[in-house]
Amino acid sequence: MKLRLDNVQKSFGATRVLDGISLDVAKGEMVCLIGASGSGKSTLLRCINLLEPLDDGAIWLDGEDIAEPALDPQPIRQRIGIVFQSFNLFPHMTAVENVMLAPRRVRKETREALRPEVTALFDRFGLADRMGHYPDQLSGGQQQRVAIIRALAMRPEIMLFDEITSALDPELVGEVLQVLKALKEDGMTMILATHEMAFARDVADRVCVLDHGRIIEEGPPAQVFTAPREARTRAFLSRVLQPV
Amino acid sequence: MSDARAGLTRRQAHERDLRRRSLLIAGGSTLAVILAIVFLVPLAPGWERVQQSFFNAEVFARTFPKLLNAFLLDVAIFAWSAPLIAALGLAVALARDVRNPVLYPLRLFGTVYTDIFRGVPVVLVVYLIGFGIPGLGLPRPWNSPYIWGTVALVLTYSAYVAEIFRSGIESVHQSQRNAALSLGLSGGDSMRYVVLPQAIRRVIPAQMNMLIALQKDVALLSFIGPVEIFRQAGVFKSLLANFTPYVVAACIFLVITVPATRLADHLIARQNRARS
Ligand SMILES: Nc1ncnc2c1ncn2[C@@H]1O[C@H](COP(=O)(O)OP(=O)(O)O)[C@@H](O)[C@H]1O
Ligand SMILES: [Mg+2]
Repeated sequence: MKLRLDNVQKSFGATRVLDGISLDVAKGEMVCLIGASGSGKSTLLRCINLLEPLDDGAIWLDGEDIAEPALDPQPIRQRIGIVFQSFNLFPHMTAVENVMLAPRRVRKETREALRPEVTALFDRFGLADRMGHYPDQLSGGQQQRVAIIRALAMRPEIMLFDEITSALDPELVGEVLQVLKALKEDGMTMILATHEMAFARDVADRVCVLDHGRIIEEGPPAQVFTAPREARTRAFLSRVLQPV
Repeated sequence: MSDARAGLTRRQAHERDLRRRSLLIAGGSTLAVILAIVFLVPLAPGWERVQQSFFNAEVFARTFPKLLNAFLLDVAIFAWSAPLIAALGLAVALARDVRNPVLYPLRLFGTVYTDIFRGVPVVLVVYLIGFGIPGLGLPRPWNSPYIWGTVALVLTYSAYVAEIFRSGIESVHQSQRNAALSLGLSGGDSMRYVVLPQAIRRVIPAQMNMLIALQKDVALLSFIGPVEIFRQAGVFKSLLANFTPYVVAACIFLVITVPATRLADHLIARQNRARS
Protein backbone atom coordinates (compact mmCIF):
# COMPACT_ATOMS: atom_id res chain seq x y z
CA MET A 1 0.00 0.00 0.00
CA LYS A 2 1.31 3.36 -1.01
CA LEU A 3 -1.18 5.96 0.16
CA ARG A 4 -4.15 5.60 2.45
CA LEU A 5 -6.62 8.36 3.22
CA ASP A 6 -8.60 7.70 6.36
CA ASN A 7 -11.75 9.71 7.05
CA VAL A 8 -10.29 12.99 5.74
CA GLN A 9 -12.34 16.03 6.72
CA LYS A 10 -12.00 19.63 5.70
CA SER A 11 -14.27 22.65 6.08
CA PHE A 12 -13.97 26.19 4.87
CA GLY A 13 -15.81 28.17 7.50
CA ALA A 14 -19.19 26.50 7.87
CA THR A 15 -19.01 24.66 4.52
CA ARG A 16 -17.91 21.07 4.80
CA VAL A 17 -15.89 20.47 1.64
CA LEU A 18 -14.44 17.03 2.42
CA ASP A 19 -16.80 14.92 4.43
CA GLY A 20 -14.92 11.83 5.52
CA ILE A 21 -12.91 10.66 2.50
CA SER A 22 -11.25 7.27 2.74
CA LEU A 23 -9.21 5.96 -0.16
CA ASP A 24 -6.41 3.47 -0.72
CA VAL A 25 -4.00 3.94 -3.59
CA ALA A 26 -1.59 1.14 -4.41
CA LYS A 27 1.88 1.61 -5.83
CA GLY A 28 1.73 2.23 -9.58
CA GLU A 29 -2.02 2.70 -9.56
CA MET A 30 -3.81 5.49 -11.44
CA VAL A 31 -6.92 6.70 -9.66
CA CYS A 32 -9.25 9.19 -11.35
CA LEU A 33 -11.46 11.50 -9.32
CA ILE A 34 -14.56 12.60 -11.16
CA GLY A 35 -17.52 14.60 -9.98
CA ALA A 36 -19.34 17.87 -10.44
CA SER A 37 -17.54 21.16 -10.12
CA GLY A 38 -17.39 22.07 -6.42
CA SER A 39 -17.55 18.47 -5.23
CA GLY A 40 -14.14 18.79 -3.55
CA LYS A 41 -11.66 17.26 -6.02
CA SER A 42 -9.18 20.13 -5.93
CA THR A 43 -9.41 20.47 -2.17
CA LEU A 44 -8.71 16.77 -1.73
CA LEU A 45 -5.57 16.93 -3.88
CA ARG A 46 -4.38 20.07 -2.12
CA CYS A 47 -4.87 18.35 1.23
CA ILE A 48 -2.81 15.34 0.15
CA ASN A 49 -0.02 17.72 -0.89
CA LEU A 50 -0.41 19.52 2.48
CA LEU A 51 -1.15 22.85 0.81
CA GLU A 52 -4.33 22.80 2.89
CA PRO A 53 -4.30 21.54 6.48
CA LEU A 54 -6.84 18.83 7.29
CA ASP A 55 -9.41 19.33 10.01
CA ASP A 56 -9.50 15.67 10.90
CA GLY A 57 -8.55 12.22 9.63
CA ALA A 58 -5.21 10.80 8.58
CA ILE A 59 -3.13 10.44 5.44
CA TRP A 60 -0.75 7.50 5.55
CA LEU A 61 2.18 7.55 3.18
CA ASP A 62 4.24 4.37 3.48
CA GLY A 63 3.18 3.90 7.07
CA GLU A 64 3.73 7.49 8.17
CA ASP A 65 0.81 9.80 8.98
CA ILE A 66 1.70 12.92 7.01
CA ALA A 67 -1.41 14.75 8.17
CA GLU A 68 0.06 15.03 11.65
CA PRO A 69 -0.30 18.78 12.23
CA ALA A 70 3.06 19.12 14.00
CA LEU A 71 4.95 17.71 11.02
CA ASP A 72 7.13 19.89 8.78
CA PRO A 73 5.32 19.74 5.41
CA GLN A 74 8.38 20.58 3.33
CA PRO A 75 10.06 17.15 3.09
CA ILE A 76 6.67 15.51 2.46
CA ARG A 77 5.78 17.85 -0.40
CA GLN A 78 9.02 16.78 -2.08
CA ARG A 79 7.69 13.23 -2.20
CA ILE A 80 4.29 14.24 -3.63
CA GLY A 81 4.23 16.23 -6.86
CA ILE A 82 1.20 18.26 -7.91
CA VAL A 83 0.30 19.87 -11.24
CA PHE A 84 -2.40 22.52 -11.41
CA GLN A 85 -5.06 23.42 -13.93
CA SER A 86 -3.50 26.85 -14.52
CA PHE A 87 0.12 25.57 -14.97
CA ASN A 88 1.49 28.11 -12.47
CA LEU A 89 4.90 28.22 -14.10
CA PHE A 90 7.16 30.95 -12.77
CA PRO A 91 6.87 33.61 -15.51
CA HIS A 92 10.25 35.25 -14.83
CA MET A 93 12.20 32.04 -15.43
CA THR A 94 12.85 30.01 -18.56
CA ALA A 95 11.38 26.53 -18.80
CA VAL A 96 14.62 24.88 -17.71
CA GLU A 97 15.07 27.30 -14.79
CA ASN A 98 11.52 26.52 -13.68
CA VAL A 99 12.43 22.85 -13.64
CA MET A 100 15.81 23.21 -11.94
CA LEU A 101 14.84 25.65 -9.18
CA ALA A 102 13.53 23.15 -6.64
CA PRO A 103 16.23 20.47 -7.15
CA ARG A 104 18.88 23.17 -6.86
CA ARG A 105 17.49 24.80 -3.74
CA VAL A 106 16.12 21.74 -1.97
CA ARG A 107 18.52 18.98 -2.97
CA LYS A 108 21.43 21.44 -3.35
CA GLU A 109 22.39 20.05 -6.73
CA THR A 110 24.26 22.10 -9.31
CA ARG A 111 22.87 22.96 -12.73
CA GLU A 112 25.62 20.88 -14.32
CA ALA A 113 24.76 17.83 -12.24
CA LEU A 114 21.06 18.23 -13.06
CA ARG A 115 21.44 18.90 -16.76
CA PRO A 116 21.50 15.30 -18.07
CA GLU A 117 18.39 14.24 -16.16
CA VAL A 118 16.48 17.43 -16.94
CA THR A 119 17.44 17.39 -20.59
CA ALA A 120 16.28 13.80 -20.83
CA LEU A 121 12.87 14.79 -19.41
CA PHE A 122 12.45 17.68 -21.86
CA ASP A 123 13.53 15.34 -24.64
CA ARG A 124 11.14 12.63 -23.68
CA PHE A 125 8.12 14.94 -23.64
CA GLY A 126 8.98 16.63 -26.91
CA LEU A 127 10.27 19.92 -25.52
CA ALA A 128 14.00 19.63 -26.19
CA ASP A 129 13.96 22.82 -28.25
CA ARG A 130 11.91 24.79 -25.72
CA MET A 131 14.16 24.60 -22.66
CA GLY A 132 15.33 28.21 -22.96
CA HIS A 133 11.89 29.67 -23.63
CA TYR A 134 9.92 31.72 -21.13
CA PRO A 135 6.43 30.51 -20.24
CA ASP A 136 4.72 33.26 -22.25
CA GLN A 137 6.57 32.02 -25.35
CA LEU A 138 5.01 28.56 -24.99
CA SER A 139 1.60 27.20 -25.90
CA GLY A 140 -0.70 26.05 -23.12
CA GLY A 141 0.05 22.41 -23.86
CA GLN A 142 3.78 23.08 -23.76
CA GLN A 143 3.47 25.04 -20.52
CA GLN A 144 1.55 22.23 -18.91
CA ARG A 145 4.16 19.69 -19.99
CA VAL A 146 6.88 21.89 -18.50
CA ALA A 147 4.86 22.02 -15.28
CA ILE A 148 4.75 18.22 -15.24
CA ILE A 149 8.50 18.01 -15.87
CA ARG A 150 9.04 20.54 -13.07
CA ALA A 151 7.19 18.28 -10.65
CA LEU A 152 8.93 15.13 -11.93
CA ALA A 153 12.36 16.69 -11.47
CA MET A 154 11.86 16.37 -7.71
CA ARG A 155 11.56 12.59 -8.27
CA PRO A 156 8.23 12.32 -6.45
CA GLU A 157 6.77 8.98 -5.39
CA ILE A 158 3.22 10.10 -6.15
CA MET A 159 1.89 12.61 -8.65
CA LEU A 160 -1.35 14.55 -8.24
CA PHE A 161 -2.98 16.18 -11.27
CA ASP A 162 -5.78 18.71 -10.83
CA GLU A 163 -7.75 19.01 -14.08
CA ILE A 164 -4.55 19.69 -15.93
CA THR A 165 -6.21 19.79 -19.35
CA SER A 166 -9.18 21.97 -18.45
CA ALA A 167 -7.48 25.26 -19.37
CA LEU A 168 -6.22 23.97 -22.72
CA ASP A 169 -7.55 24.45 -26.21
CA PRO A 170 -9.07 21.14 -27.35
CA GLU A 171 -6.34 20.39 -29.87
CA LEU A 172 -3.67 20.63 -27.14
CA VAL A 173 -5.32 18.20 -24.71
CA GLY A 174 -3.98 15.11 -26.43
CA GLU A 175 -0.29 15.96 -26.04
CA VAL A 176 -0.73 16.37 -22.27
CA LEU A 177 -2.78 13.17 -21.85
CA GLN A 178 -0.02 11.41 -23.77
CA VAL A 179 2.40 12.39 -21.00
CA LEU A 180 0.10 10.88 -18.39
CA LYS A 181 -0.03 7.61 -20.30
CA ALA A 182 3.76 7.52 -20.47
CA LEU A 183 4.00 8.10 -16.72
CA LYS A 184 1.57 5.29 -16.07
CA GLU A 185 3.71 2.98 -18.15
CA ASP A 186 6.67 4.01 -15.96
CA GLY A 187 4.72 2.76 -12.97
CA MET A 188 4.12 6.17 -11.41
CA THR A 189 1.46 6.29 -8.70
CA MET A 190 -1.06 8.95 -9.73
CA ILE A 191 -4.27 10.61 -8.61
CA LEU A 192 -6.07 12.68 -11.24
CA ALA A 193 -9.00 14.99 -10.91
CA THR A 194 -10.33 15.08 -14.45
CA HIS A 195 -13.19 15.91 -16.76
CA GLU A 196 -11.69 13.77 -19.52
CA MET A 197 -14.13 10.89 -19.17
CA ALA A 198 -12.87 9.00 -22.21
CA PHE A 199 -9.34 9.12 -20.86
CA ALA A 200 -10.43 7.99 -17.41
CA ARG A 201 -12.36 5.11 -18.95
CA ASP A 202 -9.44 3.97 -21.10
CA VAL A 203 -6.46 4.49 -18.81
CA ALA A 204 -7.50 4.66 -15.15
CA ASP A 205 -7.18 1.62 -12.89
CA ARG A 206 -9.95 2.95 -10.67
CA VAL A 207 -12.50 5.74 -10.75
CA CYS A 208 -13.86 7.52 -7.69
CA VAL A 209 -17.00 9.64 -7.96
CA LEU A 210 -17.08 12.61 -5.60
CA ASP A 211 -20.26 14.33 -4.55
CA HIS A 212 -20.46 16.99 -1.89
CA GLY A 213 -17.17 15.94 -0.34
CA ARG A 214 -17.89 12.22 -0.23
CA ILE A 215 -16.82 9.34 -2.44
CA ILE A 216 -20.24 8.01 -3.43
CA GLU A 217 -18.97 5.30 -5.73
CA GLU A 218 -15.68 3.75 -6.73
CA GLY A 219 -14.59 0.89 -8.88
CA PRO A 220 -12.94 -0.07 -12.15
CA PRO A 221 -13.84 2.36 -14.95
CA ALA A 222 -15.70 -0.31 -16.91
CA GLN A 223 -18.10 -0.75 -14.03
CA VAL A 224 -18.48 2.91 -12.98
CA PHE A 225 -19.04 4.17 -16.52
CA THR A 226 -21.22 1.39 -17.87
CA ALA A 227 -23.07 0.11 -14.83
CA PRO A 228 -23.02 2.78 -12.11
CA ARG A 229 -24.74 1.69 -8.94
CA GLU A 230 -25.62 5.15 -7.65
CA ALA A 231 -28.38 7.28 -9.07
CA ARG A 232 -26.26 10.39 -8.48
CA THR A 233 -23.41 8.87 -10.51
CA ARG A 234 -25.81 8.15 -13.35
CA ALA A 235 -27.11 11.72 -13.20
CA PHE A 236 -23.59 13.14 -13.24
CA LEU A 237 -22.47 10.91 -16.09
CA SER A 238 -25.48 11.69 -18.21
CA ARG A 239 -24.77 15.41 -17.72
CA VAL A 240 -21.11 15.19 -18.78
CA LEU A 241 -21.37 12.50 -21.43
CA GLN A 242 -24.23 14.08 -23.34
CA PRO A 243 -23.68 17.77 -23.15
CA VAL A 244 -26.22 20.34 -24.43
CA MET B 1 -3.60 59.34 -57.61
CA SER B 2 -0.59 60.91 -55.89
CA ASP B 3 -1.41 58.73 -52.90
CA ALA B 4 -1.28 55.65 -55.07
CA ARG B 5 2.15 56.73 -56.25
CA ALA B 6 3.35 57.06 -52.63
CA GLY B 7 2.33 53.44 -52.16
CA LEU B 8 -0.22 54.21 -49.43
CA THR B 9 -3.58 52.54 -48.95
CA ARG B 10 -6.58 54.87 -48.76
CA ARG B 11 -6.69 54.49 -45.01
CA GLN B 12 -3.00 55.23 -44.57
CA ALA B 13 -3.34 58.33 -46.73
CA HIS B 14 -6.30 59.48 -44.69
CA GLU B 15 -4.44 58.95 -41.42
CA ARG B 16 -1.44 60.81 -42.79
CA ASP B 17 -3.62 63.79 -43.64
CA LEU B 18 -5.16 63.73 -40.16
CA ARG B 19 -1.71 63.61 -38.58
CA ARG B 20 -0.47 66.53 -40.65
CA ARG B 21 -3.49 68.61 -39.79
CA SER B 22 -3.29 67.98 -36.04
CA LEU B 23 0.44 68.68 -36.06
CA LEU B 24 -0.22 71.98 -37.80
CA ILE B 25 -2.92 72.96 -35.32
CA ALA B 26 -0.83 71.96 -32.28
CA GLY B 27 2.19 73.83 -33.59
CA GLY B 28 0.18 76.92 -34.43
CA SER B 29 -1.59 77.14 -31.08
CA THR B 30 1.64 76.57 -29.12
CA LEU B 31 3.37 79.31 -31.07
CA ALA B 32 0.48 81.68 -30.41
CA VAL B 33 0.66 81.10 -26.65
CA ILE B 34 4.44 81.59 -26.57
CA LEU B 35 4.18 84.80 -28.57
CA ALA B 36 1.46 86.07 -26.25
CA ILE B 37 3.64 85.41 -23.19
CA VAL B 38 6.75 86.93 -24.73
CA PHE B 39 4.96 90.07 -25.87
CA LEU B 40 2.27 90.52 -23.23
CA VAL B 41 4.07 89.69 -19.97
CA PRO B 42 6.71 92.44 -20.46
CA LEU B 43 3.82 94.92 -20.73
CA ALA B 44 2.98 94.27 -17.06
CA PRO B 45 3.93 97.23 -14.87
CA GLY B 46 6.21 95.22 -12.56
CA TRP B 47 7.96 93.23 -15.28
CA GLU B 48 11.14 95.33 -15.18
CA ARG B 49 11.63 94.59 -11.47
CA VAL B 50 10.78 90.88 -11.73
CA GLN B 51 13.18 90.44 -14.61
CA GLN B 52 15.93 92.16 -12.66
CA SER B 53 15.55 90.03 -9.54
CA PHE B 54 14.56 86.63 -10.98
CA PHE B 55 15.87 86.42 -14.53
CA ASN B 56 19.10 88.37 -14.35
CA ALA B 57 21.42 86.97 -17.01
CA GLU B 58 24.53 88.34 -15.40
CA VAL B 59 23.73 86.79 -12.01
CA PHE B 60 22.77 83.56 -13.76
CA ALA B 61 26.14 83.31 -15.43
CA ARG B 62 28.05 84.22 -12.28
CA THR B 63 26.32 81.79 -9.92
CA PHE B 64 25.73 78.83 -12.25
CA PRO B 65 29.14 77.10 -11.86
CA LYS B 66 29.11 77.29 -8.06
CA LEU B 67 25.52 76.10 -7.86
CA LEU B 68 26.22 73.22 -10.19
CA ASN B 69 29.10 72.31 -7.92
CA ALA B 70 26.86 72.46 -4.86
CA PHE B 71 24.37 70.24 -6.68
CA LEU B 72 27.01 67.51 -6.78
CA LEU B 73 26.58 67.29 -3.01
CA ASP B 74 22.84 66.68 -3.54
CA VAL B 75 23.68 63.97 -6.01
CA ALA B 76 26.15 62.39 -3.59
CA ILE B 77 23.67 62.36 -0.70
CA PHE B 78 21.09 60.90 -3.08
CA ALA B 79 23.53 58.28 -4.31
CA TRP B 80 24.37 56.90 -0.89
CA SER B 81 20.83 57.20 0.47
CA ALA B 82 19.06 55.37 -2.37
CA PRO B 83 20.66 51.92 -1.84
CA LEU B 84 20.17 52.18 1.92
CA ILE B 85 16.51 53.04 1.36
CA ALA B 86 16.05 50.12 -1.04
CA ALA B 87 17.58 47.70 1.46
CA LEU B 88 15.73 48.98 4.54
CA GLY B 89 12.47 49.34 2.60
CA LEU B 90 12.67 45.75 1.40
CA ALA B 91 13.52 44.53 4.92
CA VAL B 92 10.52 46.35 6.40
CA ALA B 93 8.24 45.03 3.64
CA LEU B 94 9.38 41.47 4.40
CA ALA B 95 9.00 42.04 8.13
CA ARG B 96 5.39 43.05 7.54
CA ASP B 97 4.83 39.86 5.57
CA VAL B 98 6.05 37.25 8.09
CA ARG B 99 3.44 34.67 9.04
CA ASN B 100 5.36 32.85 11.76
CA PRO B 101 3.81 33.78 15.14
CA VAL B 102 7.25 33.69 16.77
CA LEU B 103 8.22 36.62 14.58
CA TYR B 104 5.09 38.60 15.36
CA PRO B 105 7.08 41.37 17.09
CA LEU B 106 8.94 41.91 13.81
CA ARG B 107 5.67 42.28 11.98
CA LEU B 108 4.36 44.69 14.61
CA PHE B 109 7.55 46.70 14.35
CA GLY B 110 7.17 46.93 10.56
CA THR B 111 3.61 48.16 10.87
CA VAL B 112 4.37 50.76 13.55
CA TYR B 113 7.43 51.90 11.64
CA THR B 114 5.60 52.55 8.37
CA ASP B 115 2.70 54.23 10.17
CA ILE B 116 4.97 56.64 12.01
CA PHE B 117 7.30 57.63 9.22
CA ARG B 118 4.57 57.99 6.63
CA GLY B 119 2.60 60.12 9.06
CA VAL B 120 5.23 62.80 9.74
CA PRO B 121 6.39 65.45 7.22
CA VAL B 122 9.90 64.74 5.95
CA VAL B 123 11.11 68.16 7.01
CA LEU B 124 10.10 67.47 10.61
CA VAL B 125 12.01 64.19 10.67
CA VAL B 126 15.03 66.00 9.24
CA TYR B 127 14.81 68.64 11.96
CA LEU B 128 14.19 66.23 14.83
CA ILE B 129 16.94 63.80 13.91
CA GLY B 130 19.32 66.32 12.36
CA PHE B 131 19.31 68.65 15.38
CA GLY B 132 18.25 66.23 18.08
CA ILE B 133 20.85 63.49 17.81
CA PRO B 134 23.96 65.67 17.33
CA GLY B 135 22.59 67.62 20.29
CA LEU B 136 23.43 64.63 22.45
CA GLY B 137 27.00 65.87 22.27
CA LEU B 138 28.41 63.01 20.20
CA PRO B 139 32.10 63.19 19.26
CA ARG B 140 33.18 63.82 15.70
CA PRO B 141 32.37 62.45 13.17
CA TRP B 142 29.18 61.22 14.80
CA ASN B 143 27.75 64.71 15.11
CA SER B 144 27.88 65.26 11.34
CA PRO B 145 24.67 66.61 9.80
CA TYR B 146 25.46 64.51 6.74
CA ILE B 147 25.07 61.33 8.73
CA TRP B 148 21.92 62.32 10.58
CA GLY B 149 20.38 64.06 7.61
CA THR B 150 20.92 60.89 5.61
CA VAL B 151 19.43 58.84 8.43
CA ALA B 152 16.34 61.06 8.43
CA LEU B 153 15.87 60.65 4.68
CA VAL B 154 16.51 56.91 4.81
CA LEU B 155 14.05 56.36 7.66
CA THR B 156 11.29 58.36 6.00
CA TYR B 157 11.70 57.10 2.48
CA SER B 158 12.10 53.47 3.55
CA ALA B 159 8.59 53.60 4.99
CA TYR B 160 7.11 54.60 1.62
CA VAL B 161 9.34 52.27 -0.36
CA ALA B 162 8.40 49.39 1.97
CA GLU B 163 4.71 49.98 1.30
CA ILE B 164 5.33 49.90 -2.45
CA PHE B 165 7.31 46.67 -2.16
CA ARG B 166 4.55 45.20 -0.07
CA SER B 167 1.88 46.08 -2.60
CA GLY B 168 4.08 44.37 -5.21
CA ILE B 169 4.40 41.25 -3.07
CA GLU B 170 0.65 41.14 -2.56
CA SER B 171 0.03 41.55 -6.29
CA VAL B 172 1.79 38.25 -7.01
CA HIS B 173 -0.94 35.65 -7.04
CA GLN B 174 -1.09 33.15 -4.20
CA SER B 175 -0.94 30.30 -6.72
CA GLN B 176 2.69 31.23 -7.49
CA ARG B 177 3.64 30.80 -3.86
CA ASN B 178 1.67 27.56 -3.66
CA ALA B 179 3.38 26.20 -6.76
CA ALA B 180 6.75 26.92 -5.17
CA LEU B 181 5.76 25.36 -1.83
CA SER B 182 4.30 22.29 -3.54
CA LEU B 183 7.72 21.57 -5.05
CA GLY B 184 9.16 21.37 -1.54
CA LEU B 185 10.77 24.81 -1.48
CA SER B 186 10.90 26.50 1.90
CA GLY B 187 8.82 29.60 2.59
CA GLY B 188 11.94 31.73 2.46
CA ASP B 189 13.09 30.31 -0.87
CA SER B 190 9.58 30.69 -2.32
CA MET B 191 9.68 34.36 -1.40
CA ARG B 192 13.23 34.92 -2.59
CA TYR B 193 13.16 33.06 -5.90
CA VAL B 194 9.53 33.14 -6.95
CA VAL B 195 7.53 35.97 -5.37
CA LEU B 196 10.09 38.75 -4.91
CA PRO B 197 11.54 38.79 -8.43
CA GLN B 198 8.04 39.22 -9.85
CA ALA B 199 7.03 41.74 -7.18
CA ILE B 200 10.09 43.92 -7.68
CA ARG B 201 9.65 44.00 -11.44
CA ARG B 202 6.10 45.22 -11.04
CA VAL B 203 6.95 48.10 -8.72
CA ILE B 204 9.97 49.49 -10.55
CA PRO B 205 8.03 52.42 -12.07
CA ALA B 206 6.49 53.35 -8.73
CA GLN B 207 9.90 53.16 -7.05
CA MET B 208 11.34 55.41 -9.76
CA ASN B 209 8.85 58.06 -8.73
CA MET B 210 10.11 57.68 -5.16
CA LEU B 211 13.68 58.22 -6.40
CA ILE B 212 12.65 61.45 -8.12
CA ALA B 213 10.95 62.67 -4.95
CA LEU B 214 14.04 61.75 -2.95
CA GLN B 215 16.32 63.70 -5.27
CA LYS B 216 14.23 66.80 -4.60
CA ASP B 217 13.92 66.22 -0.87
CA VAL B 218 17.68 66.06 -0.44
CA ALA B 219 17.42 69.87 -0.49
CA LEU B 220 15.70 69.65 2.90
CA LEU B 221 19.04 68.78 4.48
CA SER B 222 20.05 72.39 3.89
CA PHE B 223 18.03 73.22 7.01
CA ILE B 224 20.46 71.35 9.24
CA GLY B 225 23.75 72.45 7.73
CA PRO B 226 25.07 70.91 4.52
CA VAL B 227 25.73 73.60 1.92
CA GLU B 228 24.01 71.88 -0.95
CA ILE B 229 22.43 73.67 -3.90
CA PHE B 230 19.42 75.14 -2.12
CA ARG B 231 21.48 76.56 0.73
CA GLN B 232 24.15 77.80 -1.70
CA ALA B 233 21.44 79.57 -3.67
CA GLY B 234 20.28 81.20 -0.43
CA VAL B 235 23.79 82.41 0.25
CA PHE B 236 23.99 83.96 -3.19
CA LYS B 237 20.58 85.51 -2.78
CA SER B 238 21.69 87.34 0.36
CA LEU B 239 25.04 88.26 -1.13
CA LEU B 240 23.70 89.63 -4.42
CA ALA B 241 20.27 90.71 -3.20
CA ASN B 242 18.83 88.80 -6.17
CA PHE B 243 16.54 85.77 -6.57
CA THR B 244 18.03 84.50 -9.83
CA PRO B 245 20.15 81.84 -8.03
CA TYR B 246 16.92 80.10 -7.01
CA VAL B 247 15.84 80.01 -10.65
CA VAL B 248 19.24 78.56 -11.53
CA ALA B 249 18.80 75.89 -8.86
CA ALA B 250 15.32 75.05 -10.16
CA CYS B 251 16.69 74.69 -13.70
CA ILE B 252 19.44 72.36 -12.53
CA PHE B 253 16.90 70.17 -10.71
CA LEU B 254 14.69 70.06 -13.78
CA VAL B 255 17.50 68.85 -16.00
CA ILE B 256 17.68 65.74 -13.81
CA THR B 257 14.08 65.21 -12.77
CA VAL B 258 12.24 65.81 -16.04
CA PRO B 259 13.95 63.02 -18.01
CA ALA B 260 13.61 60.72 -14.98
CA THR B 261 9.90 61.50 -14.73
CA ARG B 262 9.38 60.88 -18.43
CA LEU B 263 11.17 57.54 -18.10
CA ALA B 264 9.04 56.51 -15.11
CA ASP B 265 5.84 57.46 -16.96
CA HIS B 266 7.03 55.53 -19.99
CA LEU B 267 7.68 52.44 -17.85
CA ILE B 268 4.27 52.72 -16.20
CA ALA B 269 2.53 53.09 -19.55
CA ARG B 270 4.38 50.09 -20.93
CA GLN B 271 3.45 48.01 -17.92
CA ASN B 272 -0.21 48.99 -18.20
CA ARG B 273 -0.18 48.01 -21.86
CA ALA B 274 1.45 44.68 -21.04
CA ARG B 275 -1.18 43.96 -18.40
CA SER B 276 -4.21 44.72 -20.55
N1 LIG C 1 -10.00 28.51 -0.14
C1 LIG C 1 -11.33 28.28 -0.08
N2 LIG C 1 -12.11 29.01 0.74
C2 LIG C 1 -13.43 28.78 0.81
N3 LIG C 1 -14.08 27.86 0.10
C3 LIG C 1 -13.37 27.10 -0.74
C4 LIG C 1 -11.96 27.27 -0.88
N4 LIG C 1 -11.51 26.40 -1.79
C5 LIG C 1 -12.59 25.69 -2.21
N5 LIG C 1 -13.70 26.12 -1.58
C6 LIG C 1 -15.04 25.56 -1.75
O1 LIG C 1 -14.96 24.18 -1.58
C7 LIG C 1 -15.82 23.51 -2.48
C8 LIG C 1 -15.05 22.49 -3.26
O2 LIG C 1 -14.15 23.14 -4.13
P1 LIG C 1 -13.10 22.36 -5.02
O3 LIG C 1 -12.30 21.47 -4.16
O4 LIG C 1 -12.37 23.39 -5.81
O5 LIG C 1 -14.04 21.51 -5.97
P2 LIG C 1 -13.74 20.89 -7.40
O6 LIG C 1 -12.27 20.91 -7.62
O7 LIG C 1 -14.31 19.50 -7.33
O8 LIG C 1 -14.47 21.73 -8.39
C9 LIG C 1 -16.46 24.55 -3.35
O9 LIG C 1 -17.75 24.80 -2.85
C10 LIG C 1 -15.58 25.76 -3.15
O10 LIG C 1 -16.35 26.92 -3.26
MG1 LIG D 1 -11.17 21.90 -9.09
